[in-house]
Amino acid sequence: MTNPTTLKYAASHEWLASDGKVGITHHAQEQLGDVVYVELPEVGREVSAGEAVAVVESVKTASDIYAPASGKIVAVNDALSGSPELVNSGPFEDGWLFQLEVTEEGADLLDAAAYEAQADH
Amino acid sequence: MSESTQTPLKRTPLHAAHLRSGARMVPFGGWDMPVQYAGLKAEHEAVRQRAGMFDVSHMGEFRIQGQDALKFLQHVTTNDVSKFKPGRAHYNWLPNDQGGLVDDIFIYRVNENEYLMVVNASNMEKDWAHLSALTAGFDVQLTNESDQWALLAVQGPRAVELLAPHAEPDIVARKKNDFLAGKLFGVDVLFARTGYTGEDGYEVFVKPEQAEALWDKIVALGITPAGLGARDTLRLEAGFPLYGHEFGEDIHPLSSHYTWVAKDKEHFGREKLKSTPSQKLIGLKLEKIPVREGYPVKQGGQVIGHITSGTTSPTLGHPIAMALVNAEAAQGNDFEVEVRGKDHPATKTDVPFYKGA
Repeated sequence: MTNPTTLKYAASHEWLASDGKVGITHHAQEQLGDVVYVELPEVGREVSAGEAVAVVESVKTASDIYAPASGKIVAVNDALSGSPELVNSGPFEDGWLFQLEVTEEGADLLDAAAYEAQADH
Repeated sequence: MSESTQTPLKRTPLHAAHLRSGARMVPFGGWDMPVQYAGLKAEHEAVRQRAGMFDVSHMGEFRIQGQDALKFLQHVTTNDVSKFKPGRAHYNWLPNDQGGLVDDIFIYRVNENEYLMVVNASNMEKDWAHLSALTAGFDVQLTNESDQWALLAVQGPRAVELLAPHAEPDIVARKKNDFLAGKLFGVDVLFARTGYTGEDGYEVFVKPEQAEALWDKIVALGITPAGLGARDTLRLEAGFPLYGHEFGEDIHPLSSHYTWVAKDKEHFGREKLKSTPSQKLIGLKLEKIPVREGYPVKQGGQVIGHITSGTTSPTLGHPIAMALVNAEAAQGNDFEVEVRGKDHPATKTDVPFYKGA
């Protein structure tokens, strides 16, 4: 699956959309395996870029998800509480995690090509 | 994911076969092992519904022979080795002298004075030193054959019928824990109707140089390669304890539901093992949140133990765990597990969590 060029990427495998939505990449969900639980942040929480704000749990392991930007959590993807597997089936679409009102993007965000170069590493 | 700079990982004779099958490899007990191929859940389901195959060549094999082989094994283990006949296998423990286990093992009785012992990969060197130190006064020879065997575990409700047309002699008629020499696809093997998944099947001992060809032929029967990930979820559903989690040097093994392995006989370390354990191993189920090894287990807000193994059960669809808790608290039914600072309700449940056919 190609990484959409409209998104920005953190080296830790989160993506950030222009509307502030955040998710994990196809590569990340593939590495995690079957997602069984997602712990999402509370709406209204102020977060800083690089802060651990959510947890994606697969059968095997629990992985912290870091905010790719600073700002306020304005929405979370409630569908994940009943269907965490959306993170596997649609990591760039229905499997988004939360939405930020971005005040400042993280300094090290990558474009799709740069992310692919390091994810393939 | 960083490259390891530690000692190079050991490779089983099936390493190339795993890479060809698209396995994701991980370090495990000093070995480079496949954690999954197509996907953990699909591999788990293949074993529950049809048949899967694991490479367990990393496990260690010791041959024990001599006039005193039985006497020696009676001394170093807790189960009654005199009770099983040539051609049979049984589960057993190697106790230390501190009320814990050096390892948990399987013993296969080859003939009157000859046994094969299968030990955990990560404990192999420790077990070897422990057993070697206890041979004084016994007419017994130990041989470490760990490099001389590859081991395939073919497991699932259809495993036996799929293998049988290619096996000699008849393996269908054999019982659980039977052990015999034979041929599979014309290759000399030892068949053992044993396994670690809660399903029927065979563990097949084969010479390393023939392992890869045999693996390919078994895969061609439609038997799914399965990795360590599925092996762990399957064994946990089946309630099998795992050394390093439910057992260890400083865990009283009688805390577990495997008390039948300790028989009333004289053996090394018996005095300490006879003491009453202050903890008990229980099964827990949760509604949604997976709980992992080490998470605190509470009762009424007080920490009374910890999780030893946990996962979301692919078969049952909810999280399951084993926990070591203080014996008094173990009598209750309602617990909490602390996950990232928050307590989540957990209910005591029977182990095994899943009962196979």
